[in-house]
Amino acid sequence: MNRSKKILFAPICAQNPIAVQILGICSALAVTAKLETVAVMALTVTLVTALSNVSVSLIRHHISPSIRIIAQMTIIASLVIVADELIKAFSFEMSKQLSVYVGLIITNCIIMGRTESFAMKHGVFESFLDGIGNGIGYSLVLFFVGVFRELLGSGSLFGQQILPLIGEGGWYQPNGLMQLSPSAFFLIGFFIWGLQILKSKNIVRDSYD
Amino acid sequence: MATHNTMKTYAVAFTLCIVCSFFVSSAAILLKPRQIMNRELDIKKNLLLTSGLLQDADAERENIQKAFRQVEAVLVDLQSGELVENIDPDDFEVIKATRDPAARYMISAAKDKAKIKTRAKYARVYFVKTVSVIRQTPMVPAPAGNHETSSVRKQRVPEDFTLIILPVYGKGLWSTLYGFLALEKDTLTVRGLTFYQHGETPGMGGEVDNPKWRAQWPGKTVFDEDWRPNIRLVKGGVNPALRDAIHQVDALSGATFTSRGVENLLHYWLGEDGFGPFLDKLRRRHNGQGGTE
Repeated sequence: MNRSKKILFAPICAQNPIAVQILGICSALAVTAKLETVAVMALTVTLVTALSNVSVSLIRHHISPSIRIIAQMTIIASLVIVADELIKAFSFEMSKQLSVYVGLIITNCIIMGRTESFAMKHGVFESFLDGIGNGIGYSLVLFFVGVFRELLGSGSLFGQQILPLIGEGGWYQPNGLMQLSPSAFFLIGFFIWGLQILKSKNIVRDSYD
Repeated sequence: MATHNTMKTYAVAFTLCIVCSFFVSSAAILLKPRQIMNRELDIKKNLLLTSGLLQDADAERENIQKAFRQVEAVLVDLQSGELVENIDPDDFEVIKATRDPAARYMISAAKDKAKIKTRAKYARVYFVKTVSVIRQTPMVPAPAGNHETSSVRKQRVPEDFTLIILPVYGKGLWSTLYGFLALEKDTLTVRGLTFYQHGETPGMGGEVDNPKWRAQWPGKTVFDEDWRPNIRLVKGGVNPALRDAIHQVDALSGATFTSRGVENLLHYWLGEDGFGPFLDKLRRRHNGQGGTE
């Protein structure tokens, strides 16, 4: 049980895929201007990571090493296409906002990284936990970036106006930089900085065998 | 690890592909009707928002359908400006037509202000009706094409309409902007302009979606005295004292190319290569010659 816990929680902080392994940055830049898109993206990536880990783990003894990468890719791509179709069918407004970035989950290094480095060597349940854990770790950074970008860039959170904008008679002048993708770079930088300080203080043991 | 031989590798790869393709194709086929419905509803919604028939962008499906009953579509041959009698406007697929050599029109580079290279020969035009009584207006039928449909809805320009809605599109900076331009009955005064699909920079060109920016459009006039398209997006704000102010809208700040794109695409679609001939015929029919300035 302790081991399962470790698998689930390590990627949330100590082994955070974005902040520590610097994977999956591109979508963290692209979809974080609004928390609504962040939520959908985070959920989708978490589910895809977990399910692709499970699928790869299921067939890990049957895939020849020579075709393992393309086999993983096939599974991931199929899952992402299904997710994309589901979003288009049930949340059309959201699919318009996320546009190509749902499809680009396929190229999110976190997912492939987890199937190759974890699911190929571990059991189904552990792989599932690892997928969920990494998904949450990814989501955490996305939410961190998203909160700052939406609050400072549009004066709102989840579309609810928090800071009244000057343009609408309030006092807050929205920060245009926060609406643009590069701001996510700075925020992720700060996040990594904060995490490193935390780590060096607590000397987090960040590996499981 | 189990032993691997070539046959097994092939077998596993093959099975994997079959299983994956089963999931992908099931998702695509099962969800398609819903997706198409969503897309059509979204376009209808934007059309209604442009015309002011719908105020709430989060309107329920039923309300959109209900409001849309006031709208009637006709299919127009852009070159002649006549109605296309033998195709149901609801069945005509504009995007598909741009890929069909028989149904498309190649725009010569000199005229291609909207930078779209090609367009369908026909375009849908929407009328917003005021009263439910619609008498039939005998417009000259277009020459028969190769489209044979057994039950074609009778097309007509409603005798009594308040708004004309034109689908317009053209290149901005990064993307093609798709939208609707709603004109009053005089075919001159803008009721609204919205873009329902584009990929411009959020916060810059993406501000074409901003309700505050869109609020400048109603009341502007898009033609000059000689019915040549005249609408400009100007930098630094519109001076209301100028005589030309009715032809001017404040450009999007920080988005020169998107602004220019919007201006150009309006000029294209309102011009002689776009809806010009149709609007001209319409004016003759309904308003008599001339404008309402």
